[in-house]
Amino acid sequence: MKRSFLFLGVLLLALCARAQLTIDITTSGGRQVPIAVMPMAGDASQPQSVSDVIAADLGRTGLFRIVNTGGVTPLPTEPSEVNFADWTARSAEALVIGKVENVSEGRVEVRFRLFDVQKQGQLASYSYVVAPAQLRATAHRIADVIYERLTGDKGVFSTKITYVVKRGRRYELQVADADGFNAQSVLASNEPIMSPSWSPDGSRLAYVSFDVKKPIVVVQNLAQGTTRVVANYRGNNSAPAWSPDSRVLAVALTKDGLTQIYRIPAAGGDAERLTESSGIDTQPAFSPDGQWIAFTSDRGGSPQVYRMPAAGGPAQRLTFEGTYNVGPRFSPDGKTLAFVQRDGGRYRIASLELATGQVTVLTDGILDDSPSFAPNGKMILYEAQVGGRGQLAAVSGDGRVRQRLTSAAGDVQDPAWGPMPTN
Amino acid sequence: MKKAALYLIVVAVAAACSSQEVKHEPTVSDRSTAVPPTTAGGSSSTTRPTPSADSMRGNPLTDPNSPLAKRSVYFEFDSNAVKDEFRGLVQAHTRYMTDKRDTRIRIEGNCDERGSREYNLALGQRRAEAVKKVMTVLGVSDGRIETTSYGEEKPAAAGHDEGSWAQNRRADIKYPGE
Repeated sequence: MKRSFLFLGVLLLALCARAQLTIDITTSGGRQVPIAVMPMAGDASQPQSVSDVIAADLGRTGLFRIVNTGGVTPLPTEPSEVNFADWTARSAEALVIGKVENVSEGRVEVRFRLFDVQKQGQLASYSYVVAPAQLRATAHRIADVIYERLTGDKGVFSTKITYVVKRGRRYELQVADADGFNAQSVLASNEPIMSPSWSPDGSRLAYVSFDVKKPIVVVQNLAQGTTRVVANYRGNNSAPAWSPDSRVLAVALTKDGLTQIYRIPAAGGDAERLTESSGIDTQPAFSPDGQWIAFTSDRGGSPQVYRMPAAGGPAQRLTFEGTYNVGPRFSPDGKTLAFVQRDGGRYRIASLELATGQVTVLTDGILDDSPSFAPNGKMILYEAQVGGRGQLAAVSGDGRVRQRLTSAAGDVQDPAWGPMPTN
Repeated sequence: MKKAALYLIVVAVAAACSSQEVKHEPTVSDRSTAVPPTTAGGSSSTTRPTPSADSMRGNPLTDPNSPLAKRSVYFEFDSNAVKDEFRGLVQAHTRYMTDKRDTRIRIEGNCDERGSREYNLALGQRRAEAVKKVMTVLGVSDGRIETTSYGEEKPAAAGHDEGSWAQNRRADIKYPGE
């Protein structure tokens, strides 16, 4: 319930929402689970088709193959009506059926069932009573259930993403559903907006504003629309990163010379210096357990990824290949860092497995930037330059599945994937 | 409008500087070879003083013939070294700062689009610091110069090639109100 209130707040804040993202996926290798998502009985009379959204969510992951459901009549809504032999013949391994009914004035009930076709057994069955306007969100919740039952991992179809859209000299900070729908502008400016970062509780965004003709760090409450300047020191103020308890921000400041890392209470307060190098230290990121801060430093002559205790202290270099490894972000389990690596003039997203030091290059763009893990750790959202424009893209942690999120308008840059919704 | 006209002039001069830098021509300055700026906006470029600029004659900061009209120091890729050809420009502003002891300035560093946004923001500030250092060594007090950065966010030229990038790797000297 809390989540829907938050969402309503974002809606009310909306300045305008034009830029819809459309998503294309490519996959290489790996087995896809064939799944049939039947049209739900009663779906057609509703403003939003639930089954279409479920199929699109699952298909976009690259982990499923959506089986053709044409010619099946009547639409099965109960287990007894399912002809498993037919689905075996269509080589479906999983089947989703359901129905959508008006139950009272302004309320709709959505019921769905997930079956294992080979075992002819039911894997999940849920019912939701919602307002018609919540049908799309409900479809995402159903897709989350199906994804988790079939893969063992949490689904992220009900999460949100944020990113900056630049059209001419106009900048907008937008928040959208993970599938690119319902894009809402939460901030607009004629000056740049950079580095949006979700508070781990999903209620606030920290970002870099240039409204005062230089970079300062601002925290915006999404439900209330209120903003608070948390860092406006002499020089640059940038690179906000939240501690896991949402209480502290690590930021990059130049108040004492070159860029160094500091910590500041998210509610406002004094900056406490954490790094003491003679070079540039920036792009801090807290580990999910709050113990570490990974960051970029060129103290050794070239920019590399380091980590230090979250309260400051001796730093340990983590990257050694090449002369440009920057912008680390922890995976939700804390075991992997995604970062930007330069190789022969191209900038790509790479991952570093902390236990082994194994580095894997995940993308093949020319100017990839700003990696951000999905809260289930399975995909990494990032910015890619395509045809001279910033566009969003996503890649699976193993590099096999790639999505490109295309916007018709302007440059789309600096994405950040939001946390799991709190229920 | 005044500001826009001034901006055009600065951009035109900046373009001239960067064209020298890119082609590695001798540093003999000949303003007649200034190339038109390639910045977005589409308005025709001109270095002719506008009527409003005429009315401000006497202010060396807005006189296009003053050495102070040049505000941008350009850098090589991945470098924050102030090249010899820009020493004179920085020294001219240092002299002005020495004369006008109440004046405070901001030096804004910029980068080309290559690389990570946040790291570029830090690199831009280091370029601004390098220009500031030249001025403080010559006697301007530290507290009168704030160094900031736009990183790659405010390119002077919008292209995705070395010609544009060379114009974007720069530090701009900004006086109050600019």
